[in-house]
Amino acid sequence: MSLSAIFVHPLGLLAQDAFPFWALLRSGNRGDLINGLIGSSAAAIVVIGVIVVVALLTRYRAWRPLWFDWLTSTDHKRIGIMYVVIALVMLARAIIEAILMRAQQADGLGGGFLSPDHFAQLFSTHGTIMIFFMVMPFLTGLINYAVPLQIGARDVAFPVLNSISLGLTAAGAGLVMISLVVGEFSTGGWFGYPPYTEALYTPGVGVDYWIWALSVTSIGTTLTGINFAVTIYKKRAPGMTLYRMPLFTWTALCTAILMIFAMPPLTVATLQLALDRYLGFHYFTNGLGGNQMNFANMFWLFGHPEVYILILPGFGIFSEVFSTFSGKALFGYKSMVWAAMSIAFLSFLVWLHHFFTMGQSGHINAAFGIASMFIGIPTGVKVYDWMATMFRGRVRFGVPMIYAIAFLFLFVIGGITGVMLANPILDYQVHNTVFLVAHFHNVAVPGVLFGMLAGYTYWFPKAFGFRLNERWGKISAYCWIFGWMGAFFPLYVLGLMGLPRRSVAYEQARYVPMEIVAFVGALVVGAGLASLVIQLWVSIRQREQNRVYVGDPWDGRSLEWATSAPPPEYNFPVIPIVNDRDAFTAAKEFGMGYQEPDEYVDIEMPKNSALGPVFGGTGFLLAFGLVWHIWWLVILAALVAIVALIVRGFQRETVQIIPAEQVRREHQRWVHAARAAQPITRGKEGTSANRGRAALETVGAPT
Amino acid sequence: MSNGILQHPFLDLEARQNKQIFQYPGINLGTEHEEAHTQAESMLFGFWVFLMSDAIIFGMVFATYATLVSGTAGGPGPRELYHLGPVFIETMLLLASSFTFGMASVALKYKHPTSALVGWLLVTLVLGLAFLGFELNDFSTMFAAGGVPTRSGYLSAFFDLVPLHGLHVTAACIWLVCMLGQIAVHGLDTKTKLGLLRLALFWHFLDIVWIFIFSVVYLAGLA
Repeated sequence: MSLSAIFVHPLGLLAQDAFPFWALLRSGNRGDLINGLIGSSAAAIVVIGVIVVVALLTRYRAWRPLWFDWLTSTDHKRIGIMYVVIALVMLARAIIEAILMRAQQADGLGGGFLSPDHFAQLFSTHGTIMIFFMVMPFLTGLINYAVPLQIGARDVAFPVLNSISLGLTAAGAGLVMISLVVGEFSTGGWFGYPPYTEALYTPGVGVDYWIWALSVTSIGTTLTGINFAVTIYKKRAPGMTLYRMPLFTWTALCTAILMIFAMPPLTVATLQLALDRYLGFHYFTNGLGGNQMNFANMFWLFGHPEVYILILPGFGIFSEVFSTFSGKALFGYKSMVWAAMSIAFLSFLVWLHHFFTMGQSGHINAAFGIASMFIGIPTGVKVYDWMATMFRGRVRFGVPMIYAIAFLFLFVIGGITGVMLANPILDYQVHNTVFLVAHFHNVAVPGVLFGMLAGYTYWFPKAFGFRLNERWGKISAYCWIFGWMGAFFPLYVLGLMGLPRRSVAYEQARYVPMEIVAFVGALVVGAGLASLVIQLWVSIRQREQNRVYVGDPWDGRSLEWATSAPPPEYNFPVIPIVNDRDAFTAAKEFGMGYQEPDEYVDIEMPKNSALGPVFGGTGFLLAFGLVWHIWWLVILAALVAIVALIVRGFQRETVQIIPAEQVRREHQRWVHAARAAQPITRGKEGTSANRGRAALETVGAPT
Repeated sequence: MSNGILQHPFLDLEARQNKQIFQYPGINLGTEHEEAHTQAESMLFGFWVFLMSDAIIFGMVFATYATLVSGTAGGPGPRELYHLGPVFIETMLLLASSFTFGMASVALKYKHPTSALVGWLLVTLVLGLAFLGFELNDFSTMFAAGGVPTRSGYLSAFFDLVPLHGLHVTAACIWLVCMLGQIAVHGLDTKTKLGLLRLALFWHFLDIVWIFIFSVVYLAGLA
């Protein structure tokens, strides 16, 4: 494009027909009307949501705190919370989309109410959001929050980089959200296979939104991986050897390593696809020497480790939950660690099972099928370890434990269907049917989503200083669990009956009953989401009854429970010295839980930095400019980002000192509160008597 | 430590007494600053991890090249497009720049005058820019011979791999200029030293990647 053209069309391709209601106004057709209404309502919700947030921030004069306390913060705890907020917003959107899809399928005999294009956008955004903008921010948020506390560190290794990663993730999420209002999203699924996604077959901005949302966020995720690998290797408290790390930290380490090595193939694949689409290169085209299998290989070289990036932190959370809520040390600690590491390693060796039916030889299929089945072995070890942890423990059915036990049952079923699919012969029968959809939701929802929700409930009191409402938590958990069963077990049957996945409609009446069951299940899942919102609302209203300032409401075992709730920004007044595996339990048993140190010292903490929000903003504008070919915006945003980075290099005053006197004051207030609090027995931990000081009950308990 | 090194004329008195710089393979960050050492450890370890991740990116792009090299689609192939002469000169320039950066690192570690360090860095920068100049000239020669990236899968892959390395070198050159600016503004404080250490790793890493490009792309293409 010539220089003059950049200024002749300052908005690039952006024109009035990019807005969803435009098609609605111009067409009198009933189908267009329904699709237009749904699309326009979704866009309206996004716009209204933004307006409401802006209005609330203005009304409560929250702009300054938002900027100084949150957006520019380099505190890993605040960054973690912001990640989880992104995740919950995106979860709401993706669940609504899922219900819409199930409604379409229930009505899908001979047509249904959605157009094929609209349905394709729904499953593409649902998958993209759930994986990249719900689970990834959720687990990154929980890792951010809990891991530095668990290893007894003051912060992550690179606090500003952490903020940049958050900014890039937010930019990607924002891009997916704005695609609802301006333009369209990809119809190519969350995996975006060419040549379908090539410009020749799918012109328009949908695929470009997908490409840039993923590119921006995958760079952020790679940086997160580097940050956490280094944090866990280098920032552990004295005495915390690798074999004394809590299991969640172990799985966070595995996840970080997977991020470092698995995200680059995705970045390469999406950028090569972008070059194909924008500049007419030939990486994945049908003709002129392109090779579509390169995309499939690179995508799944990322995509398979990705599913373990998603699930391993869930395993870590369940390990913490089983141990804490059984009042026992985790059974088979070392086998758990080795199982997690084996899974992380094996995850790189199986990517080819994602295209068993694309025509490679039977020998290759056999090799990759067997490799895939191997993953069942370490996973089975974990399942037995979790069961043995509960055995003869004092099991309490708090909300996290309900999720954990449901996970144990459902995940085994999902695992078994996974072993079925790892057999190429069976895979030929059911590939591209909803059997596969049932399988991966059967591992992803109980393993990942339930894990994240368990972690959310488990660490919420630590983060905000008060517990979540138990009753609404249980209602929500049962809705998620039984709703999930209703929504996905029928899909196994439908898959075996031959219903193809991603099909907007079907012609066989025998699919209808099961589709209706699945739709009802999806509605119950929607009720679970609603209960989650109600739970948060109710809990905030009754927060005074449920304060747990002392910080140990569940009789926790690892170091994050050994500080106040919420913790001070420096986490620990004195870095703890670790002598045992369950460090805080050991401290409590020796009566060392709530002690004052001999002396207090000044603590050095990183200052706030605007670099994260600057990268988030420029990342978003850069990607938006690329989607709509607004070249001046692309150049401007890139320049601002580079200049910000260079300026940062020249900065020297990047730390602040927290005076020893302030540390002493805050710590003494906490120690006094802890000594004054009534130690709470396990039977009463769900009541408002729980002020966050657990009574010592582990001594003499059966082990 | 042998006395030979200790009596090197460039070493000033302070460095000679500072035995730790000989025990530790890194750069002298000063014995009195334990905090600087801890910081250096995380920083450099983190940068190594970043380089591993970046190496995966190059690995993917090499794999793309290897699978598409025969996909010339009737267009010009390696034999028509590559010229070993300029590529050999580029290789020599880059190797020389790695050597001069090594000299800059030595100047930093053994506390040579800052002018020596800046001098070696400037020579490195000139070599890096000369490399980029030759490379751009190569590309324009290829374009003139019909070797444009949109012509075939093979050419797309070529213009993925080699310019990606060139882009890295460009970024490294900009970084080098910034480091010279930081030396001018802040002198050789801990943060500048850590920046130079990381840039050195990056520079040598790019040199290694180029050796692979030279072998896999140019030598194999002309063999």
